[in-house]
Amino acid sequence: MLRAFQSLVLCCLVSSPVWGQTLVVKAKQIHTVSGKTITNGAVVCVDGKIASIGEIASVAIPEGAKVIQAEVVTPGLIDVRSSVGLSGILNVDHDSDHLESSVPLQPELRAIDAYNPREELIEYVRGFGVTTVHTGHAPGELISGQTMIAKTRGGTVQDALIIDGKAVCATLAESSKKSGKQSPGTRGKQMAMLRALLIEASEYRVKLSKPSKESELKDEDSKVARNLKLEAMVDVLEGKKALLITADRAQDIASALRLGEEFGIRVWLDSAAEAYQLIPQIKKAGVPVLLHPSMARASGDRENMTFRSASMLKENGIPFAIESGFEAYVPKVRIVLFEAALATAHGLSKEAALESITLSAAKILGIHDRVGSIDVGKDADLALYDGDPLEYTTHCIGVVIDGVSYPGESR
Amino acid sequence: MITWNRRKWIGAAASVPCIAANLLSRKHTLGFESENAEPIAWIHAKILTAAGSLINDGTIVIHKGSILAVGTSDATAIPPGAKIIDAAGKWIMPGLVCTHSHIGGVGAADASAPIQPGVRILDSINVKESGFKRALAGGLTTLNIMPGSGHLISGQTVYCKLRYAGKGPSTIEDILIRDNEGKAIGGLKMANGTNSQGEAPFPGTRGKSAFLVREQYIKAREYHAKRLAANGDPEKQPPRDLHLESLVEAMQGTRIVHHHTHRHDDIITVLRLSQEFGFRVVLHHVSEGWKVAKEIAAAKAPCSVIVIDSPGGKLEARDMTFKNGRILDEAGVRVAFHTDDWITDSRVFNRSAALAVRAGMNRDRAIEALTIAGAEMLGLESRIGSLVPGKDADFCILSGDPLSVYTRVLETWVEGQKAFDLANPDDALYAEGGQGAGFELNPYLCCFGQSWQQSGAK
Repeated sequence: MLRAFQSLVLCCLVSSPVWGQTLVVKAKQIHTVSGKTITNGAVVCVDGKIASIGEIASVAIPEGAKVIQAEVVTPGLIDVRSSVGLSGILNVDHDSDHLESSVPLQPELRAIDAYNPREELIEYVRGFGVTTVHTGHAPGELISGQTMIAKTRGGTVQDALIIDGKAVCATLAESSKKSGKQSPGTRGKQMAMLRALLIEASEYRVKLSKPSKESELKDEDSKVARNLKLEAMVDVLEGKKALLITADRAQDIASALRLGEEFGIRVWLDSAAEAYQLIPQIKKAGVPVLLHPSMARASGDRENMTFRSASMLKENGIPFAIESGFEAYVPKVRIVLFEAALATAHGLSKEAALESITLSAAKILGIHDRVGSIDVGKDADLALYDGDPLEYTTHCIGVVIDGVSYPGESR
Repeated sequence: MITWNRRKWIGAAASVPCIAANLLSRKHTLGFESENAEPIAWIHAKILTAAGSLINDGTIVIHKGSILAVGTSDATAIPPGAKIIDAAGKWIMPGLVCTHSHIGGVGAADASAPIQPGVRILDSINVKESGFKRALAGGLTTLNIMPGSGHLISGQTVYCKLRYAGKGPSTIEDILIRDNEGKAIGGLKMANGTNSQGEAPFPGTRGKSAFLVREQYIKAREYHAKRLAANGDPEKQPPRDLHLESLVEAMQGTRIVHHHTHRHDDIITVLRLSQEFGFRVVLHHVSEGWKVAKEIAAAKAPCSVIVIDSPGGKLEARDMTFKNGRILDEAGVRVAFHTDDWITDSRVFNRSAALAVRAGMNRDRAIEALTIAGAEMLGLESRIGSLVPGKDADFCILSGDPLSVYTRVLETWVEGQKAFDLANPDDALYAEGGQGAGFELNPYLCCFGQSWQQSGAK
């Protein structure tokens, strides 16, 4: 009986949304991102969804609802590319599952099998407004594995998960080259290996879709053997998964676009420090950019990066979102709020900065029907502040995920 | 202004005075003499002097590389013939002082031994490295350029002025800060904790680390005693030992020890060693300083704090917090910030102070932590770090409040010369980034006794 009670309590603590519960967030400014900013407004969250929004006078506040007050409210922030949950705070083997380096091509590695929802850095980024993360295997191998989309809560990966296997991560960079006689040792070999894998997957796909006469006879032995590696790549060929390609140098970005065109696959450019040098090509290819953090280090493949990348992508109408990316050392995780904020000092409007870590990210990830803006019917995911969200000295005072409130940054 | 305890060297009979202000004569710097003989005055600016409260309508006058006058616009006389610039809407503050930077593609001590105090960083600096331009774009004017943390003692640091006006420096000699004997001034870099551990001959534990350091300082003490006993007699003089000489300078207080340390117990170990050998120490990074703030305050050891966007990256930095600066300051510890460039980018050095204010640090103290407090930690406070008459004309002009994300550094002046101008496209490249603006060389920092994987890709 006691155990049953404990499970019930635990269930209430970790699961969300809390059905039947109503939460109201009032604020002097509500940035809906999808529409106009509301002054002196309220957001009413019922059963984990946004039930109504508007000026306080025009919104019916349900009786008995819990009310939270903030200066400013934005949609819960979305980190479009991270390794949080796989790459832990201590940066030791014990908590590092973001990169497996035994072989260069491992599209079969699933993020859900590596994601630790209790990793403390998840709570840390949530404190700065992040409610949704697209996280997974890090750059550093030619294909390092898959990604997933999660809410920044939950005690198990199932509690947190929105979408499993969103993208397969490839890297075209110095970091994915191997030393000695191992392959890939050159950029040419990197592309040759990726093309060979995609061709193999195409052939596998044909085999799967056109069963031989023998297999039509339902002879189990003659069916095409399952191949997890190629299955993942078939998903890429069929557009079910994007091929997220980390590429910073213009020549690597060009290679990524060439690969996308050859196989007709959905490519997402990741990091893309020199994207500003290939604006027409990226625009023509119609691929989005998961842009490196503004404060990424201007060294190695990113030596020519600029703080102005976000504003240049915006001006040219290229869909982009600012990511936290992956850090091998410090800061072990970056905060997208900080990275977007800095872009405003370098030509990006405040509105565009906010959009780049909310609705733009949601659209790239294909989850904008659920998250990314404050609209009726969407998940009740909000970030609350005591001032201008982008300013250095403002605080994130709380977040709401599926109608459940969590603390903001520790102060 | 807090001035901190100058320890006397207790390891030798003779007590040698520390670097004093009057030794820092300008005549020995190889900086650029002002081309304009006339004074320049900026009027109607908001001025943060780092020596008092904000002046809302302020005037600053400079002449021949020095500050001539600072004050409210209505009470500050402008000398006849001065060039007058209306700076309404702009902010002016002292040039930022970074007490811990690795700019210049540096590499001092190598992997051969964990203790190499004789190795000089000044022999490894590429003055043409673009990092100097990026630092100016962040409003920095003085740097303590340091070797990495991969050794217990990784060599001598050097204090540099960013004299990049005009054609900029040709050699390292052009940016050194010298004493009145013409000698370059710098500190000594030490480290403890995990970065400086590794396979032999590097220490494997904290106990061994402290032992190896003590052993060397004791040798240096004996070496110095022999030198004194020789009393100038060449026959009795021990052979010169560059490593030991450097440690003797540390014990005499003429070479400040800049000590990398993160964990609370490592911090206490540094204080213990400093006590035993009498070296003047600045604690650097001090991720867990907030846990032993009282002890640090009691030891009168100043802290140069790093601000990183998230804790972790290694066990020692797990409990890092934006509150560190506030807690140390409130405990009475003198606090500065540093970039550790390339760990954080010099162009956003002001952000370190802003995030500390986010966590509750007093605003004026946060500004001091970017300027005068750093100058004190380099022993250069009589010459730089605040806007007061007689000091070097090192300052930056900003578009707004230095603690705001929307503010840009518009100009940086070093010794009366404009060394950075955002309006100049050549300079703006380094401020914004772009083709050719990044690092040509990454610094050679860490961790020499460890495999790359062990070091967590430091």
